[in-house]
Amino acid sequence: MELKTWKKNYKTGGIMRTRNKIFIMLLILTLTITSFTGCSKATTNQTNVIGNKGSIILATTTSTENSGLLDYILPKFKEETGIDVKVVAVGTGKALQMGRDGEADVLLVHAKSSEEKFVKEGHGTERFDVMYNDFVIIGPKDDPAKLKEKAKSNVMQAFKILSQGHSKFVSRGDDSGTHKKEKKFWEEAGIEPNGDWYISAGKGMGDVIQMTNELLGYTMSDRATYLSMKDKIELEVVVEGDSKLFNQYGVIPVNPDKNDKINKSGAKAFVDWILSEKTQRLIGEFGKEKFGQPLFTPNAK
Amino acid sequence: MGYIFDGIIKAFKLLIFFDKEVYSIIFLSIFISLTSTLISSFIGIPLGFLIGLKKFRFKRIVARLLYTFMSLPPVVVGLVVAIIISRRGPLGHLRLLFTPAAMIIAQTLLVTPIITGIIFNNSKEQGHQIKQICKTLGGNRWDTLILLIKEMRINILIAVVTGFGRAISEVGAVMIVGGNIKGHTRVMTSFIAMNHSMGNYSTSIAMGLVLLIISFITNSILYKYVTGD
Repeated sequence: MELKTWKKNYKTGGIMRTRNKIFIMLLILTLTITSFTGCSKATTNQTNVIGNKGSIILATTTSTENSGLLDYILPKFKEETGIDVKVVAVGTGKALQMGRDGEADVLLVHAKSSEEKFVKEGHGTERFDVMYNDFVIIGPKDDPAKLKEKAKSNVMQAFKILSQGHSKFVSRGDDSGTHKKEKKFWEEAGIEPNGDWYISAGKGMGDVIQMTNELLGYTMSDRATYLSMKDKIELEVVVEGDSKLFNQYGVIPVNPDKNDKINKSGAKAFVDWILSEKTQRLIGEFGKEKFGQPLFTPNAK
Repeated sequence: MGYIFDGIIKAFKLLIFFDKEVYSIIFLSIFISLTSTLISSFIGIPLGFLIGLKKFRFKRIVARLLYTFMSLPPVVVGLVVAIIISRRGPLGHLRLLFTPAAMIIAQTLLVTPIITGIIFNNSKEQGHQIKQICKTLGGNRWDTLILLIKEMRINILIAVVTGFGRAISEVGAVMIVGGNIKGHTRVMTSFIAMNHSMGNYSTSIAMGLVLLIISFITNSILYKYVTGD
């Protein structure tokens, strides 16, 4: 632009400026809109999975996936039946919601009372026990709250000590099976957990263990996830073996009347297979080699 | 389909009935993103002018690097910040991980290149003319700077608003360094991601709408303030 005309425009604020303004307004609008596309993508990637004949969608908890159990047993299922299993690993709350919405064919979750309610409301056809593992409370190696001494195998006692607030306790806070279990313990102990010491993370088990490790606090974890991360963290088991820490997994085929996309026969094949003696034995062997102890105990009837 | 309408209705309910948790999440989001945008502006605007107007060696390489940094993935920024400030990291003793301060640091790293880049690009094109005019009119360096800011206020606004838009809408970095702790580091984007993973679609949609509305309002206010319309 010539210096003269530029000067003129600068003084009078000519047409250029109005046009500029409209352009800028549009630009701002576009930027506002586009700045959201990135984040919506990240949050909606798991919802639109719909099954077909050759495959089933298994909605399960992060613990079965993270522990590596599914990678260990599912190839055998594919081998035997030719059915592909698409695993969607989410919290129990979300898994049950996927069942309610008819977005999954079969569920493998661990919150017995919610599961029973789910079947009772007609979202699933039946529920079967599959296996169990147990929860442990883990904390820093020097154990500042002295849980190992005072509450070695007594969850209620441990929670009471933790509620004094001298150490941080990291809660899943995500409505998962583990979180539900933890909430039940607080309720039973008659404690309303809040304050600076109670950290509600809203994340999966692996993230929560990382956070606990970082904050040198305590948390309740399923044994499988803890063992799979053990080498990377400085936390150890401080409370274990209480019968209350028992964690039962159940399998539920989703009610096929929900929509015509649900693979009824595939779901049935999966349920029959996971309850079969052979698969049950396979589950009992998983983890022995790597961790020296089985991670899940099969108990199908 | 029903849950989409549920979400929209719930969004208005959340806002009208002053849900304390929701409002504290909204304010924390705005606070963190505004603070980081502000810090980024203080660094990025002068830096952008400097790179744009000064002649120096390696200017091309600097410009190319700057453009690269403008599109840094938030998750990578989050990861790098988390590694540095985690307990085992070089700044571990500051105990910054899972605090709002950590989130501000991460967002500042994300936003500064964006503001710098936009200012650089604009001052490269228009800045020299403004500088020359000021010289012709007998202004000193200080006058030049004031005229630059006055003349390029719209470009500055665009830079700042773009930066803020990036900060308030990103989830990758705040999720990693903030940890999404309830009542402490939970912001709108991580709240949405969490509720989605919990199967609470309507709550996610509600907060998503709130986020859109807030972004629209902030943009309008900033725009009005600078143009005086």
